[in-house]
Amino acid sequence: MREVLEIIGGIFILIGSIFLFLGALGIVRMPDVYNRLQAGTKATTLGGMSLILGVGLLEPDWIFKAIILVLFIGFSNPISSHALARAMYKRGRFPILGKGENMDAYREVYDKNKEEEVKS
Amino acid sequence: MTYIEYIEYIAFFFMILGIVFSAYRFLKGPTAGDRTVALDTLTTIMVAGLVLLAYVFQRFIYVDVALVYGVLGFIGVIVIARYLEGAL
Amino acid sequence: MENTSSVNRVAAFILNWLFLMILWLAFTSSLAIQELLVGVFTTALISIFTTKLFSCCDISILSPVKIFYIIYYLFVFLFALIKSNFDVARRVISPSLPINPGIVKFETKLTTEYAKMVLANSITLTPGTLSIDIIDNTFYIHWIDVQTTNPEEAFTEIAESFEKILLKIF
Repeated sequence: MREVLEIIGGIFILIGSIFLFLGALGIVRMPDVYNRLQAGTKATTLGGMSLILGVGLLEPDWIFKAIILVLFIGFSNPISSHALARAMYKRGRFPILGKGENMDAYREVYDKNKEEEVKS
Repeated sequence: MTYIEYIEYIAFFFMILGIVFSAYRFLKGPTAGDRTVALDTLTTIMVAGLVLLAYVFQRFIYVDVALVYGVLGFIGVIVIARYLEGAL
Repeated sequence: MENTSSVNRVAAFILNWLFLMILWLAFTSSLAIQELLVGVFTTALISIFTTKLFSCCDISILSPVKIFYIIYYLFVFLFALIKSNFDVARRVISPSLPINPGIVKFETKLTTEYAKMVLANSITLTPGTLSIDIIDNTFYIHWIDVQTTNPEEAFTEIAESFEKILLKIF
């Protein structure tokens, strides 16, 4: 039983560390803030969750705290990335847009807010 | 070396590479937002790294350190984001 | 009217207390009588002051059907999270960086604030999407590989599978 848990936990730790690395690589390679947020948030969330769960499997006494940490990472990472993305757009950092018509649906909201600011 | 020791070395290798990459973005990033994204990623990598260190050294207290570090890093990123938005 | 609202407040208080107590048990991970007593008093004190802020849902959330849907939602979400990670890994590793980013919007049928928050967080962690802002019922989503800018089609593509379950929970 102990050996099986050890093998599964090791695999979880390995997958977790590889995804953490891929998140950091995505931050370096992507062209603008929003794409960097996409790569950074998703990959590090699953990476951290998987690594911490792996340690929890290796050391069964710690599993409660490991689950608390996993839940905390799962809640906090998307919230902070959402706050950052909105802050960057409100500062006027417009995203790089791909090919296609009418790609930036949030621009109208930004323009309306700017107009109201000028009026007041 | 046992199986778990191999795993630990490989995991620390990947995590150090990740820390180096996000530190590069943190130092170079053209805007404040890029730096904050790098800080967020660094926080998550460090939390995971502290938990792994807790296992390597067999110290349960490091998991609590990781939890507190994660909470403080999250609050820090939120505060920076609110500041950049102009709401503070 | 007065009566039902006070009953609701007590139910919200008990729900909050229960949640905090579970959290306390997971943190201390011991069943010693002293720690349990301290936990009961501390969590009761905290929930007296914070019930007004955290009244996310009424007591019916504890019914078996809703708990079943919550667990089902967690599985759907976990599957989407794993899929999104392989998607990101593929994009990051491939040398040509295959992205086509843009911002789309769509409307949701959810009404409560908590349901919208859960949906926004889930969208952030699913393949290629990142929620930027929520204004009333409109979600603005940054999409790393835009397939359609039509709001209805974007809704079916991104959020429909989550919203169906969330409508049953909240």
